Amino acid sequence: MEKQEGYKTLDEKQKRYWKKNLRLISGLLAVWALVGFGGGILFAEPLSNVQFFGISLSFWIAQQGAILVFISLILIYAIRMDKLDKEYLDQVKNEKQSNVG
Amino acid sequence: MTVEAITITLVLITFLIYTGIGWWSRVRDTSSFYVAGQNVPTVANGAAIAADWMSAASFISMAGLVAFLGYDGTIYLMGWTGGYVLLALLLAPYLRKFGKFTVPDFIGDRFYSNNARAVAAIATIFISLTYISGQMRGVGIVFSRYLQVDIIVGVLIGMAIVGFFSLLGGMKGVTWTQAIQYFVIILAFLIPAFAISFQLTGNPIPQLAITGSDIVDRLGQIQVDLGMTEYMAPFTDLSLLNVFMITLALMAGTAGLPHVIVRFYTVKSVRSARWSAVWAIVFIALLYLTAPAVGAFAKYNLINTIADKPLEEVQDIEWVNKWETTGLLQFNDLNGDGEINFTSGENNEVVIDGDIIVLSTPEVANLAPFVIALVAAGGLAAALSTASGLLITMTSAVSHDIYYRIFNKEASEKQRLRVGRMTLFVALLIAAYVGINPPGFAGEVVALAFGLGAASLFPVILTGIFDKRMNKEGAIAGILTGLTFTLVMIGLILSESIFGTDGPIIENFFGINAQGVGIVGMILNFIVSFIVSRNTQAPPVEIQQLIENVRAPEVDDKGEIAATKED
Repeated sequence: MEKQEGYKTLDEKQKRYWKKNLRLISGLLAVWALVGFGGGILFAEPLSNVQFFGISLSFWIAQQGAILVFISLILIYAIRMDKLDKEYLDQVKNEKQSNVG
Repeated sequence: MTVEAITITLVLITFLIYTGIGWWSRVRDTSSFYVAGQNVPTVANGAAIAADWMSAASFISMAGLVAFLGYDGTIYLMGWTGGYVLLALLLAPYLRKFGKFTVPDFIGDRFYSNNARAVAAIATIFISLTYISGQMRGVGIVFSRYLQVDIIVGVLIGMAIVGFFSLLGGMKGVTWTQAIQYFVIILAFLIPAFAISFQLTGNPIPQLAITGSDIVDRLGQIQVDLGMTEYMAPFTDLSLLNVFMITLALMAGTAGLPHVIVRFYTVKSVRSARWSAVWAIVFIALLYLTAPAVGAFAKYNLINTIADKPLEEVQDIEWVNKWETTGLLQFNDLNGDGEINFTSGENNEVVIDGDIIVLSTPEVANLAPFVIALVAAGGLAAALSTASGLLITMTSAVSHDIYYRIFNKEASEKQRLRVGRMTLFVALLIAAYVGINPPGFAGEVVALAFGLGAASLFPVILTGIFDKRMNKEGAIAGILTGLTFTLVMIGLILSESIFGTDGPIIENFFGINAQGVGIVGMILNFIVSFIVSRNTQAPPVEIQQLIENVRAPEVDDKGEIAATKED
C-alpha cells in the first residue's frame, strides 16, 4: 500500500480525471441540496398546496421523494465513476500501444 | 403456544445463527479483526453497513418519532439517508484509497500528528459510547415486554451474545453476522408493514398506500378534530430553521460517524467502496421509505383504538395492559369522565412513549403471533448489530490508535490482538452498565453524538481529502473550536437535564435548538481551520504527495484499474 516515491504531481490524464470527478460531484450535490433542502424544507410551504397523488407534494418529497433521489444520486455516481475509470484505462493502454509501435 | 413462547423460540433461533456465524468466521490476525481482511463482497458489505447503521433508533424509534412529528419527522428521514450522499461522494472512495485501518488513523497520518490522532480517537470513543447506551435501551425494552424478564437480565443476555461473537470473530465475524441480521431486521419491519397497509387501505405496498389512498388525509382530519397539529403541514412542531439545521446536522453527523466510515475500509477496492455505498443506501432506504407509512398507519390505528373510548374498556385490551405494566403507556383520567382524552396540550390523558409504536403495531392490528415474535427478533437484531459494530470501533480506537500507534510502536500482532480483546471486554462491561442504568437524558446524548460528529470529524476528513493546503495546525484548531462550541452550546441549552438547573441556561442559539447547533460548530470548524492553515506552514511534501495519489484513478499491481475487474 505504501510506495516510496519522490514527489510528483498528476499527469495530464490524471488531472482530467480528477476535474471530471469534481464536476460530477458538484452536479450531484447541487441536486441533493435542491431536492432535500429546497423541495423538502425551504419551499415546503408553497409546495404543500400542490397535490401529488392525493397528498401534498412537499410532504411526499420530504418523506419519500428525497430518499429516492438520494439513492439515484449514489447510483449515478458509482456508474459514472466506473465509466471514467474505464476511459482513463483505455487512454493509458492506447498510449502504451502507440509508444510500442 | 403463547406469543411470549413463540418470541423466545424465534429469538433463540436467531441468536444461535448469529453465534454460529461468529464461530465460523473467527479470526487470528489483527487485520481481519479490525477490517475483515478487506475481502468482504460488496453486497454483503452493503447489507452489513445497513445493519450496522440501522440501530434500535431506526427500527424501534423512528416510525414513532415520525408518527408524532408528522411532516417535521423528515429531519430523521432525510437526515439519516441524505448523509450517505455525502459519504458516498465525498468521503468513502478516498478514505478507502488512503488504505488506513480506522478514522483516527487517517486523521493522524494525514495531519502527521499524534495529537490529532488522539483527539480523533477520543471523539470516536465518545461518539460510540453514547450510541451504545441507546442500543441497550432498545434491548431492554424488547426483553422486558416479550420475554417478561427483568431489564437487567435482558441486557446481560444481549451483551453476552454480542461479546461472544465480537471477541471471537472481530470485524470479519461481525460483518457476516450483520449481513444476516440485516435480513432479519428488514423482514421484521416489512412483513407487518405490508399486512397493516393491506388491512387499512387494501393496498399491500405501504409506499403506494400513502399516496394512492386517503389514509393520510383521514389521519390529518382526525388529528385536527382531536386538537392535535395537522399531520401533513410543515413546521407545526419545529420551526423551518430548526428543521433545516437538524436535517443538515444529522446528514453531516452520519457522514462523520466512525463506525459507519470504517465499513468502507473492509472492501477490496475504491470501486467496491462506491458500490458498497449504493447497496447500503438501497438496503437502508427499504426501511426508511416504509417507516413514514408505518408511522401514519400506526398513529391512525392507535387513535381509533383509544381516543374517546371508555378507559376501562381500553385497559382490558391485552396489548394495552401489557405495555401499561412496562410504564411506557400510561393513562391519567384528568377530568374523571371515564373516557380517554387523546390530544395535545394539558388536556391530554395519554402518555405514550414513541418507542412502542413499531413494537406494538402488529398487536394493535391483530396480526398473527408469529409476526409479533418476528418484530421482537428484528428489534433485537437492530440493537445488537449496531452495538457490535460500535464495540469493534471503540476497541480499535483504543488498541490500534492509542496503544499501538502512540504508546507502543513495537507491539507484536499478538499483543495488539490481546489488547484489542481486553478493550472489547471493558467496553462491553461499560455498555452493560450503561444499559442497566441508562442516563436520564439518552435522547439528548444521541443528538449530542451527531452534533459532535458533524462539528468535529466530518469537516476535518473532508478538508483532509480535498484541501491539499490543510495542515495539522488548521485541523487541530478546527476540531477543538467545533467540539468546544458544540459541547458548550448543548450544555447550556440542555442544562436542565444534564446539570439539573431550574430551566435551561439559554433557550436556544439564535433560534437553533441543541440537535441542530452542531452545524454552527461545523461552520466554525471550517472557518477556523481555513484561516489557521493559511497562516502557518504548508504540510510536508510527502503528505502533499499522498493527497495527489488519492486523486489519481486506482491502479493495481498489474497496472489494471479496479473498474475492469468483476467482483
